[in-house]
Amino acid sequence: MQANRIETDCLIIGAGPVGLFSVFELGLLDIKCDIIDILDKPGGQCAELYPDKPIYDIPGVPEITGEGLVSSLIKQIEPFNPVFHLSRIVTELKKVDDRWEVKTDFGDTFSTKVIVIAAGGGSFQPKKPPIKDIEDYEDFSVFYSIRDKDKFKDKDIVIAGGGDSALDWVLDLHTSAKSLTLVHRRKEFRAVPDTVNKVQELIESGTINFELGQINQLSGENNKLECVSIKNGDQIKDINCQILLPFFGLTMKLGPVADWGLNLNENLIEVDTEKFETNQNAIFAIGDINTYPGKLKLILCGFHEAALMAQQAHSYIYPDKKITFQYTTSSSSLKKKLGVKS
Amino acid sequence: MVKVTFIEFDKTEHSIDAEKDTSLMEVAIQNGVPGIDADCGGACACATCHVYVDQNWVDKTGKAEQMEQDMLDFAFDVTDQSRLSCQIKITDDLDGLIVNLPEKQF
Ligand SMILES: Cc1cc2nc3c(=O)[nH]c(=O)nc-3n(C[C@H](O)[C@H](O)[C@H](O)COP(=O)(O)OP(=O)(O)OC[C@H]3O[C@@H](n4cnc5c(N)ncnc54)[C@H](O)[C@@H]3O)c2cc1C
Ligand code: FES
Repeated sequence: MQANRIETDCLIIGAGPVGLFSVFELGLLDIKCDIIDILDKPGGQCAELYPDKPIYDIPGVPEITGEGLVSSLIKQIEPFNPVFHLSRIVTELKKVDDRWEVKTDFGDTFSTKVIVIAAGGGSFQPKKPPIKDIEDYEDFSVFYSIRDKDKFKDKDIVIAGGGDSALDWVLDLHTSAKSLTLVHRRKEFRAVPDTVNKVQELIESGTINFELGQINQLSGENNKLECVSIKNGDQIKDINCQILLPFFGLTMKLGPVADWGLNLNENLIEVDTEKFETNQNAIFAIGDINTYPGKLKLILCGFHEAALMAQQAHSYIYPDKKITFQYTTSSSSLKKKLGVKS
Repeated sequence: MVKVTFIEFDKTEHSIDAEKDTSLMEVAIQNGVPGIDADCGGACACATCHVYVDQNWVDKTGKAEQMEQDMLDFAFDVTDQSRLSCQIKITDDLDGLIVNLPEKQF
């Protein structure tokens, strides 16, 4: 764990398309941003749920994939050098004097003048398989994401799943584990072909074990896992192990956002439609996470919200400065910020 | 109209007159059937719309295609009756369809 303290003017929670574009609108107004996401990559839903699917309703862009949109946005905000803090979830948010203090599960603390919540459909979190008593073992023997793999050295490990995460960790951990068993419901895997081939080789050579089936029971004592039972049709097989790593993809959960003292309406944050500010001063909410009369959960609406939000954010960060309205096409000062020649 | 019945894990039944050409997932969401999350809105990208098709209807609903099979890897307790409800289209043939819902979409 790193204990880190970061001072910033503007902290954006959520690096989905709307969080990313807000870096641009804030940047034009000289506001530097730090941006946090629980995912290990920017792009939110576009990157996680539909990277290859086309979007047809971005103004002026007849067709672009989720991934294409994310990479264009990242390119567009490059001149403003946002600082990304990925793979961590914002857990706490509180007022300290006239600033906001935000903590993450990674151990870092941010002190900021303005917060922009662009948390979309909530944070992407690992799916937890509904196996009886699994909570008892979480963080002791059962892990859904891995930060410190040294813990697994010389242990008997069971990895469940058949996608990229499961297979990548098989390749990573099998050399240091005492034994490794991969459990999957079918013989086919869905991952990068090269990874699949490597895992197949490990199975064929007997370096790792493969069990067809699904985990249906855990046993152990005092949060320490001793055995998992694997069900395949009518058959049950017990595997001794100390570590279980289930990888069943991610799901969106509202998560800690609900605990921050903001007015919510059906799990969405209420904002006004002038500044997109919440019931707390200097905390804004834009994109899929907010609600107001007439709200549509579209990327284009989030972009609009980002532009108007930035105006008000400016007044908190530079209370003495007035904004003069300018176009990127013609303003030499905006062009300078964007690094283009006028 | 096509009659479909969702049976929740606790056996609560929801019988609904479904509109043709919508997906079974949309029928559930539009009628407030609990137990189907559908995070991705039907793009076959989240596996949070998992259902078990009643044994008598498995032939009529057909088999999951490759993409759906791959996505089912991210559901839990998958059986031969498992389908992602966003990939089942309501047709006249499905009049009377019964599906069971998992304990949760986790
Ligand atoms: C299959 C599909 C197709 C779609 N097609 C279209 C379309 O054609 N046109 C269109 O306009 N829209 C479409 N949408 C909707 C569009 O993707 C969303 O409107 C958009 O992603 C919202 O952007 P956002 O930045 O508000 O939130 P998101 O994209 O949801 O991103 C929010 C990010 O915040 C992170 N986060 C949340 N809470 C925390 C926390 N506490 N700590 C750290 N990180 C956190 C999340 O992990 C996530 O990465 C589609 C959606 C789906 C699923
Ligand atoms: S709604 Fe996401 S896979 Fe069916």
